[in-house]
Amino acid sequence: MTLTVRHERVIVNSPFPFSRRPGVSRRELLRGAALAGLGPLTLSACAFPVGAPPPPEGGGVPRIAEDGPLEIWIFDGGLGDDYARTIHEPLVAARFPRLRISHNATKEIARTLQPRFVGGDPPEVVDNSGAGAMDLGALVQDGQLTDLTPLYAAPSWDDPAVTVRETVDPTAIELGGYGGRPYVMNYTTTVWGIWYSRPLFEARGWRPPRTWARFLDLCEEVRRSGMAPFTYAGTHPQYIYEPILTLAAKIGGRRVLTDIDNLAEGAWQAEPVRLAATAFAELGARHLLLEGTAGLDHVQTQIAQNRGLVAMLPCGSWLENEQRGSAPDGFGYAMFPLPDFGPSDAMPYGTLHAQPGEEYIVPARSANPGAGLEYLRAMLSRKASGRFTETVSTLTVVRGAAEGLRLTPGLESARAALAAAGGNVVSSMFRRWYSELHDEVAAASGQLMGGAIDADRWAERAQRKADALRADPSVRKFTRR
Amino acid sequence: MNHHRRRFVAGFLAVPVTLYTVYVLSPCAQALVIALTDWRGVNAVPRFVGVDNFRRLLGDEVFLRAAGHNLLLLALVPPLTIGLALLFAWLLTGDGTARRTVRGAGLYRVVFFFPQVLAVVLVAVLFRQILRPDGNGMLNAPLTALGFAPVGPLADTDLALWAVLFVLVWQAVGFYVVLFSAGIASIPRELFEAAAIDGAGGGRLFLRITLPLLRDTVQAGWVYLGVAALDVFAVVWVMTAEHGGPDHSTTVMAAEVYRNAFHYSRFGYACAMGVVLFVITTGFAVLVLRLTRRERIEFR
Repeated sequence: MTLTVRHERVIVNSPFPFSRRPGVSRRELLRGAALAGLGPLTLSACAFPVGAPPPPEGGGVPRIAEDGPLEIWIFDGGLGDDYARTIHEPLVAARFPRLRISHNATKEIARTLQPRFVGGDPPEVVDNSGAGAMDLGALVQDGQLTDLTPLYAAPSWDDPAVTVRETVDPTAIELGGYGGRPYVMNYTTTVWGIWYSRPLFEARGWRPPRTWARFLDLCEEVRRSGMAPFTYAGTHPQYIYEPILTLAAKIGGRRVLTDIDNLAEGAWQAEPVRLAATAFAELGARHLLLEGTAGLDHVQTQIAQNRGLVAMLPCGSWLENEQRGSAPDGFGYAMFPLPDFGPSDAMPYGTLHAQPGEEYIVPARSANPGAGLEYLRAMLSRKASGRFTETVSTLTVVRGAAEGLRLTPGLESARAALAAAGGNVVSSMFRRWYSELHDEVAAASGQLMGGAIDADRWAERAQRKADALRADPSVRKFTRR
Repeated sequence: MNHHRRRFVAGFLAVPVTLYTVYVLSPCAQALVIALTDWRGVNAVPRFVGVDNFRRLLGDEVFLRAAGHNLLLLALVPPLTIGLALLFAWLLTGDGTARRTVRGAGLYRVVFFFPQVLAVVLVAVLFRQILRPDGNGMLNAPLTALGFAPVGPLADTDLALWAVLFVLVWQAVGFYVVLFSAGIASIPRELFEAAAIDGAGGGRLFLRITLPLLRDTVQAGWVYLGVAALDVFAVVWVMTAEHGGPDHSTTVMAAEVYRNAFHYSRFGYACAMGVVLFVITTGFAVLVLRLTRRERIEFR
């Protein structure tokens, strides 16, 4: 048993048993593939000489082979996989009738498709989502993904005068980038806010507050009416650190969140973050939370809201869909953005946390990557994204595509909020990049809301974890602007 | 003849031994090797880092807390479970003399065994609901109905571990009641009768006859429960907030192994934790068996 030390860290993170030595023989490739299938057993099987095929010739835009294959793999999760079959695939088939389209779905993307990548025979389109998603950074490093620059530069599906790039939320393109190049197409947009029942608020004469002071007044008023004002999924405290960070960004600007994502020194102890944490901790201290919040999960708190026990909770735009069946008819979900904290807020009222997700990739070594790009272009058409939104109650990254659709009240409210926010949209990446930091911030946030620690201690704990990660050479670092 | 017999036995053993080697021994050996690397789970050629992972463990606050929780459970789960089980078994089985057992003993024995039949995960989910901190849980519904403030043991960093302890004991006790009942039933009645004639009362019979003659059973139970107390993964992972929270207040070594391997992709580090857990577990088993070794008593 020998374990080699000759590889650089970068290579060590590759999901495939290849180093970047150019010029791989077919036999080496097959052996690598066979060994990869054996998984951890290969560890004891000693180091083996392996190399990777060079990335496809640079520069050339993949051309579609119109009579070639188009193999599509959809993650069969919360959104199901029917939308691809009923919306996207027919659209492509109509324009390229000779394409041989095959539709596939799985709950285990990596387990199903990783061997195909290793074997050099990946499908044309992969929806890389779910708990079993592939490590995209590693795939990029390995030259396995098609650069999507030509896709965004291409004319849009609907209107040749407009490029695809102009129709898509720029944040989505940015967050799908690795080293400044877009390799991943984020398709959906999740919007966060404070959710309430509009009919209830109207019946009681309550209005979504525009300032933090008003918000606290509203909470007091709700409490006087015998209802708990606010709650969050206590056993999953990330539900409360999300609004804390969004409020921090509103107070201090985007930079607050990018600093946190970049593990910048003192990012967590910046004044805006501290102010936001203090503000939310006050909800706990002033007993404005639903009794027992700390021990309830997302399902329990959301049902409590459906039953009229609590007025408001922070959540993402999947909430309404998730509560289908639990919320009574006419519950009338709606959301409002975080209120203004003070007059010196860096970002205006209406600033939202919106996160692009559902990552689509076009594997570079697939038989027909051009068809993959065409498929993504079709997905980003107005018609396709609009019907997607209607079918699975999820907004897409296509700007304005949900306008004028008949949406459920909660989704319509999220759409309107996103439209109103315009460019004032923030996003956060550290949860995906550094799950250890995520866990620590979540744990500390639970303690913060329960009053066990104050905002300073909360920030100190998060900062200490961030510092530890920054100093840890075994953790791969990511950066964003 | 002898040769044939050996081949016959070997034939039977070949399959299980091979399976055991492939699926138990070899992963253990591999874990030892992986513990010395910085393997992240995807790359084929991990970097050898020597004992770095173990050095890091010593400074890992969360892991040290987890180990502390395991040791606390190790100290408390076996005596509490065995004590309760002995008490119940004694009440249900009596001492073989004229003393009557509790009425409906058979029913109790079945009821006590119920938790053992439930999957551990199910028990954890059940208790998450039972202990929920609003008025809807089984614990708090009567409390709030009587006008008391609801309690949330799983939401309280000081109480959560005790809730875990309670669930562990609750689930284990039934099995040991049945085990000890069978043990008591196998003690010859004459022993009890003779002692009773000599004037021993109920308590004395228990201490002088039942307990010493159950020693082997109790000892085996102690080892099982101790090993179980060093695991506790399922209950902690499913029942507690934040998988071992709130704020790491209930986490155990096995949960940290899982978290580091599958959430943080630090397979090398997780294997180092696994190795520590392995050493502690086998050390405990050896220690208990050594300390309590003595001649067996045979009835016939």
